[in-house]
Amino acid sequence: MRFSFAVCSIALLCGFALAAQAQDLSSFEKRVTTKVLPNGLTLIVCERPEAPVFSYFTIVDAGDANDPGGQSGIAHMFEHLAFKGTKDIGTTDYAAEKVALDKVEEAYAAYDTEYRKRVGRDEQKLKTLHAAFEQAQGEAQKFVIPNQFTEIAESNGATGLNAQTSLDDTQYYWSMPSNRLQLWAYMESDRIANPVPREFYKERDVVMEERRMRTDSNPIGKMVEQFLAAAYVAHPYHRPGVGWMSELSQITATEAAAFHQKYYVPANMVIAVAGDVKAEETMPVLEKYFGAIPAGPKPEEMSTIEPPQVAEKSVVLKAATQPLYIEGYHKPDYRDPDDAVYDAIQDIFSNGRTSRLYRSLVRDQQVAAEAEGFSGFPDVKYPGLFAFFAAPNPGHTPEEMRTAIHKEIDKLKTTDVTDDELAMFKTRARADLLRGLGDNQGLAEQLAIYQLRYGDWRELFNQLKKIDAVTKADIRRVANKTFVETNRTYAMVEFQPPAGPPAQQQSQGGAQ
Amino acid sequence: MIRKIRHSHLAAMLFVPLAVVAQAPAQQAQPWKQIPIPPLRSFHPEPPKRIVLKNGLVILLEEDHELPFINGFIEMRGGSRDEPAAKTGLVSLYSDAWRTSGTAKENGDQLDDLLEAKAAKVETGGDVDSTSVSWSCLTKDEDQVFGIAVDLLEHPVFRQEKLMLAKQQAAAGIVRRNDDAGEIAAREAAKLVYGPNSPYTRQAELSTIKAVTLDDLKQWHDKTIVPNNMIIGIAGDFDAAAMEKTLRDAFEGLPRGNNWPKPAGEFPGPKPGVYFVDKSDVNQSNVYIVGMGTLRNNPDYFALSVMNEIFGGGFGSRLFQDVRTKQGLAYAVGGGYGASYDHPGMFHVVAATKSASTVKATQAMLSQIGELKTKPFTEDELKRAKDQVLNSFIFNYDSKDKVLAEAARLEFYGYPTDFLDKYHDSVEHVTVADLERVAKKYIDPSKLAVLVVGNQQEFGTPLTELGLGAPHPVDITIPGAPQQGPEGNQGEQ
Repeated sequence: MRFSFAVCSIALLCGFALAAQAQDLSSFEKRVTTKVLPNGLTLIVCERPEAPVFSYFTIVDAGDANDPGGQSGIAHMFEHLAFKGTKDIGTTDYAAEKVALDKVEEAYAAYDTEYRKRVGRDEQKLKTLHAAFEQAQGEAQKFVIPNQFTEIAESNGATGLNAQTSLDDTQYYWSMPSNRLQLWAYMESDRIANPVPREFYKERDVVMEERRMRTDSNPIGKMVEQFLAAAYVAHPYHRPGVGWMSELSQITATEAAAFHQKYYVPANMVIAVAGDVKAEETMPVLEKYFGAIPAGPKPEEMSTIEPPQVAEKSVVLKAATQPLYIEGYHKPDYRDPDDAVYDAIQDIFSNGRTSRLYRSLVRDQQVAAEAEGFSGFPDVKYPGLFAFFAAPNPGHTPEEMRTAIHKEIDKLKTTDVTDDELAMFKTRARADLLRGLGDNQGLAEQLAIYQLRYGDWRELFNQLKKIDAVTKADIRRVANKTFVETNRTYAMVEFQPPAGPPAQQQSQGGAQ
Repeated sequence: MIRKIRHSHLAAMLFVPLAVVAQAPAQQAQPWKQIPIPPLRSFHPEPPKRIVLKNGLVILLEEDHELPFINGFIEMRGGSRDEPAAKTGLVSLYSDAWRTSGTAKENGDQLDDLLEAKAAKVETGGDVDSTSVSWSCLTKDEDQVFGIAVDLLEHPVFRQEKLMLAKQQAAAGIVRRNDDAGEIAAREAAKLVYGPNSPYTRQAELSTIKAVTLDDLKQWHDKTIVPNNMIIGIAGDFDAAAMEKTLRDAFEGLPRGNNWPKPAGEFPGPKPGVYFVDKSDVNQSNVYIVGMGTLRNNPDYFALSVMNEIFGGGFGSRLFQDVRTKQGLAYAVGGGYGASYDHPGMFHVVAATKSASTVKATQAMLSQIGELKTKPFTEDELKRAKDQVLNSFIFNYDSKDKVLAEAARLEFYGYPTDFLDKYHDSVEHVTVADLERVAKKYIDPSKLAVLVVGNQQEFGTPLTELGLGAPHPVDITIPGAPQQGPEGNQGEQ
């Protein structure tokens, strides 16, 4: 593959065991222990003593779909803050630092108030206020031990240390030698309970660079942002996770603290540990540290439901890059009884060289370099899209992608898939689940996600029943219900030579 | 079913870590220091069983009965650095068309159907110094799937239409290669170091892939499928004695051939200066500062590795602390003195920063490079770098797959089997004096090239402010690429 659709790195997981008795649900019942602490936090411990290491996965049921109005990107901004240390870690004197940080907020608020004035903004005053804000930051900086939180983790052998924020949730994870379990429990519980908005405004600059990298300076990133903004009118899935630049650039530490207060409550999180750990020894350690996080009310669920789409929508971007095409259809969320049917369609359309889109668009017609369809975009907690993406071959257009994809969709609506295709989907789903069980980080992640989303990690294994129940008639029914013109949004990039002085990336052209 | 589509906003580009941190004064509690760290249980995974056949074929077997799967690979010496310049792209086309063409018994499409129905894979690959056949299947399907892998190795049938398809896809990649600024920067930076026509950096072009014929693929195959240039590695749910017999039966009959020549070449390093690609549709510059690196068999490799941790390794590294944390100039920043197994790696420092701070960020990066020689390494930095390397060392071998892969890598490049142990011990013994010595010996700012891929109109401060002379524009024109439009198919006629 010469290039790939970066937005869509899909972790395939589902179903369960074909063979090894040691890897079915009943064996996991023996190896997995869960506990809900009095403060509402759910803990999972999975014993896998292959090597003296463990991995953890913390999932918070709050992502950028939960960003308050005017603060797009704040869930992600908070995730960055969670690496800045705590009241104990990352400071030379927290009591004094707290006073200095409060002054930073006051100074920023004064600056921000002037900055946002629509009428009568005093530029000289703005300059003075900004200088005062910079000075306050300088004062607070004197107490900072930069990156001490990650430094302690890494000096103690943490690997794969990272975090991600999606529209649905926020995830923190790393792996460590198993003799550092207590140290980890201390650090993780401390940063959840006691994050400090240290170096907040410099980190905001860093996140703005992240937006420039992933979205503004990337052709697929730009297209996907416009595509989702067009596809959703009411639901926050229409916003980019990283945030609109105007809002991102004005987020405050005070707003981030309010987001933390509301969403980082124990009842809104699951933490899973997998590896060389024994539940009876580990659970008391976890209880000691995580049980101390103060309880809080579970945040209310979102009221917004995306209204039915009434007409096809489109965005056509002209840019000096090679053409791209994406289209999507609204579908229900992951709890829908037909969710496994969408998975079947995804598998049959996109999984490998036997898939319909590969064989039709790439192998036979040779109009596309890459083509795939995928369920649950941009995320899964709320009704997402079933989307199709294609990159045209040289000399072919986005319109040809559209036509070719629609032809495959029509076939799915009018003709049953074959027995072989359906059986292949079910077999691969089982094997993929099984393959994922041999890795601590993957295990911790899957157990935590299923516990959060279904209230029971066993659903990871029970999904296979739903997958096995999918019929050919289901696929036709769901295709006919979903893939209709008025439910469709598409976006494309069409090539247009750059304006102004000729850029170097242009070709000399013309080998026709 | 839940699959996370990761619209990921990583907290950091993960390289590796280490910190430059002030010692906390006594009034601030440090509760983590009171947490006991019991000794880690002793863990020494069995090295793979190593078998050498009379014809020179090396076999490595690692039993792993946790899951009912078997994963194997066969690696052949010889890769894209060995293909003729006029046919650049040959190995890539070969490795695509090899599998998609299939065997005399079943063509590639039939193999796809057969294997996917069992959730199994047999794939072929090509790299800068090797090609490969690999497979993965449930234990119960091993006989059949392994049989397909062997058939593909011994009786491939290269088909014209699959070569054409591979060319079509290669052409799509070629015409798209200037769409992403980060991709342009990585590619052009390597070309500055190794030279535009080096076997390590030259680009497949529409003309060079067009020049590749079916005969070229067959000849490449015959030249490389030689047992004394091959390594087989298998990990998974099997009995090693039974597997050995299967492999002997399959491969003992292969006749020995010529040994693949050792890599050669000149590595003068970049011509110092500032190089520049203007890209008008971005608001961020990709900056690379590059020079020549070294080999892993260099006795200084271990000290350089520790220096890398301190310099650009991760959250606590000097580069990360300064360019990202202190100055907020970049999300992605990192770098180090690279080392490869059988040819010199690349020294590189990389960051992506908003157009207006291009010069400022570049200056910050240059200054960090300079400080490797002027800002003394501290005992504190050294300790943290060692702790990071040594405390996470177990993750080099915490799975059977990793144990096998490491053993195969060392075998492939002719390194001693205890290289990992030696690495551990050598890192333990690195001193501040060693760090100073290698920084002085290997870091030479006057031999580095700076590459900027960005939107010149937004820079504000011109690149000449770097004081490294007038920027040299880099021509990234794609020879023979069509202006996009429905003029017809350019891949291959």
